Amino acid sequence: MNTSLRSDPPVDILREQRQAEVVAALTQVLPRGAILFRHEDTAPYECDALTAYRTSPMVVALPETESQVASILKLCHRMGVPIIARGAGTGLSGGATPHARGVILSLAKFNKILKIDPKACTAVVQCGVRNVAISEAAAPYGLYYAPDPSSQIACTIGGNVAENSGGVHCLKYGLTLHNVLRVRGFMVDGTPVEFGSGALDAPGLDLISVIVGSEGMLAVITEVTVKLIPKPQLARCIMASFDDIESAGAAVASVIARGIIPAGLELMDKEMTAAVEAFVHADYDLNAAAILLCESDGTPEEVAEEIARMEEVLTLAGASRLEVSRDEAQRVKFWSGRKNAFPASGGISPDYMCMDSTIPRKRLAEMLRAIQQMQSKYGLRCVNVFHAGDGNLHPLILFDAEDPDQLRRCELFGADILETSVRLGGTITGEHGVGLEKLNSMCVQFSPAERAQFLAVKQAFDPLELLNPGKVIPTLHRCAEYGKMHVHRGMLPFPDVPRF
Amino acid sequence: MGRQDPALARLIDQVRAARDHRVPVEIRGGGTKIFYGGPPKGEPLGVTGLKGISSYEPTELVVTVRAGTPLGDLEAALEEQGQCLPFEPPRFAPGGTVGGMVAAGLSGPARANVGAVRDHVLGVTLLTGRGEVLNFGGQVAKNVAGYDVSRLIAGSLGILGVLCEVSLKVLPINRVTATLSFDWDESRALEQLNLWASQPLPVNASAWHEGRLHVRLAGAGAAVSAACGKLSGTAVAPDAAGTWWLGLRDQTEEFFALSEANLARGECLWRLSLPSTAAPVKLPGRQLIEWHGAERWWRTHAEAREVRGAAARAGGHATLVRGADKSGGVFTPVSDVLLRIHRGLKQAFDPAGILNPGRLYAEL
Repeated sequence: MNTSLRSDPPVDILREQRQAEVVAALTQVLPRGAILFRHEDTAPYECDALTAYRTSPMVVALPETESQVASILKLCHRMGVPIIARGAGTGLSGGATPHARGVILSLAKFNKILKIDPKACTAVVQCGVRNVAISEAAAPYGLYYAPDPSSQIACTIGGNVAENSGGVHCLKYGLTLHNVLRVRGFMVDGTPVEFGSGALDAPGLDLISVIVGSEGMLAVITEVTVKLIPKPQLARCIMASFDDIESAGAAVASVIARGIIPAGLELMDKEMTAAVEAFVHADYDLNAAAILLCESDGTPEEVAEEIARMEEVLTLAGASRLEVSRDEAQRVKFWSGRKNAFPASGGISPDYMCMDSTIPRKRLAEMLRAIQQMQSKYGLRCVNVFHAGDGNLHPLILFDAEDPDQLRRCELFGADILETSVRLGGTITGEHGVGLEKLNSMCVQFSPAERAQFLAVKQAFDPLELLNPGKVIPTLHRCAEYGKMHVHRGMLPFPDVPRF
Repeated sequence: MGRQDPALARLIDQVRAARDHRVPVEIRGGGTKIFYGGPPKGEPLGVTGLKGISSYEPTELVVTVRAGTPLGDLEAALEEQGQCLPFEPPRFAPGGTVGGMVAAGLSGPARANVGAVRDHVLGVTLLTGRGEVLNFGGQVAKNVAGYDVSRLIAGSLGILGVLCEVSLKVLPINRVTATLSFDWDESRALEQLNLWASQPLPVNASAWHEGRLHVRLAGAGAAVSAACGKLSGTAVAPDAAGTWWLGLRDQTEEFFALSEANLARGECLWRLSLPSTAAPVKLPGRQLIEWHGAERWWRTHAEAREVRGAAARAGGHATLVRGADKSGGVFTPVSDVLLRIHRGLKQAFDPAGILNPGRLYAEL
């Protein structure tokens, strides 16, 4: 997307003064080259992967040691400067969108794997290490790091911790939280802190549960100890076609009902399948209303037994076509379309907005029918991929950001999907986070008292609200305004005014 | 859950009255874990009126249950559908509640492989010390909307709020299990357990005690029998194995049975939570090791300082699970910065300090 919704005016004398002060202070603790403030230098940091939301950061700091991080935090804390920690910038919800008066704390230089301990099955890594690099480093020991968000070649473990990232294998292997033992970092005032431990639990309240998924609002994480697990000896995948969405949804329930927890269970609708087939040529069944990918992994004995049971269940559930991967090459081919769903959508539309709600699995068909109706209501197309095993839906709304009205309709379409998800007993975000993008939808999912409690939790860690301010928890005023807009949905006043 | 529910309405009134008059309350379920944590203080606040399974969809792998429901009722309902709480929460005695299970945050033999209570909490309805009924999390496995307050409640010993309802992730009961035993000393057992942990084996639990290691395999039939062949060891008859694991889970095994007389003589039961690769810990007394080396139980007369010192040197922490004298605290003290956060959270959820004071730490 190219549309820029700037929240800061082009020239702002006060901001320039403030910028000079902060840069001068940072110069005391960082080398010159590690402080960026000229527009041409800070431009790459204007947004994360939610590119519709952009703000020019006042300053970007690029520390490379923990003591520099502590010094930056102390200094910003003293001066009352907001701090936005940033990893690879692959987040989809605007969690790393800059603050116009804030410092972007880029942790990209913290990219070292400190220790792989094959005996303890753990890896100690700096926060800027890429997700996939951990598994690569562990591979010689027959181990890997299980959570595999689709951006895993680029996203960092620090970002994964901030968002509690999932992936296609989390039904069986859990989310980031379930695979992280300890995180180290700093409180907003620069005090070093450690959550979790080298053991399976830590004394006191289970604070690591709150830290993981806190979107950079409670502490700055510089080091993560993750759990590694033995790489399954074998994985095989079934590709099943269904003539209608209802039977595909019912098939998912039947698999679970039979006591099977697949390593991955993914669904693509017909429109998505057509888009990815054009992109990867993997011989997908273009006639199917839905395609289900159902994977088994483990020892060869386990996989043989489980695949046989899966085939039986899927056949009984009415699969019109069923194919089991013969070998690793074919398995990878089956997955190629699913893994390329986002770029493939980029190929059929100038822009797309990726949604991320979760619903109870049994409501899948209902949800997809609702999305079909929304397509006509908002005059935009939408293709669907779905982590069917855990109910996490990724509708991709196709639009052209050059057309402000399409962007407006796209945002309304997205909000409608999220509200429908909450109504069906689900949640507005399964793994991408709230960030800036879903602030309005937080007003729908949580009561004012619950939002106030979130704010109180934040203040227990960050009393001055300097860490990533304005994200995740909407203000009462904002929710009141959204409530008003809500009544007149589709007839929003001043559609061009940024609302974040 | 509906606020008009009479049992909940009564609780809300009681908590608000306690808040207004700053009277401490002791949240009370089945009373099976009163021995755990700091000594209870305050007026008992019974939650067993909040009873029943609110919703259970086996194909969603989620159950929503009110906190006062007997754990036995929940487990029976799950078993009917071939499902279970895979983390095997200890029951100690009949009558314990689901709320107590979550608040204590204790997990049984399978914990190292399947995760703890908190890993299975998906959402909670919480009556805070402010007297507000709040919902966090939900009924779906993937949910990152807002901070994950629901998992924070697991193991919080009621200091943040009265748990009213909880949604839990459940799993199918393992199709096949088998138990093997090995006559090995502690070092050999730890070494093997560490080695097995890094291999793709269906190991689901382990326990070493007095020269004998028990290992439980669980999963698909073919995988379990293949692993039995690979690990050798002596097969334990299913009945005997069942009794053994149950005794560990519920801590009814002889090792855990400290009589009043034992306690009066100063013997204590300590739980050391350590990295699984920690070298054998030297303390006077008897030891039982679970979680592939990550949980080491000690029955000992040793001073608290000695036990905590040994745990700290091994990279972990120690909890005084049973002991006559708890004046030195039950849980290992946290660092100053973490204590500051604990205080802040207590203030955020229970500013009047009325809920289970002193149960986790004296100052909370």
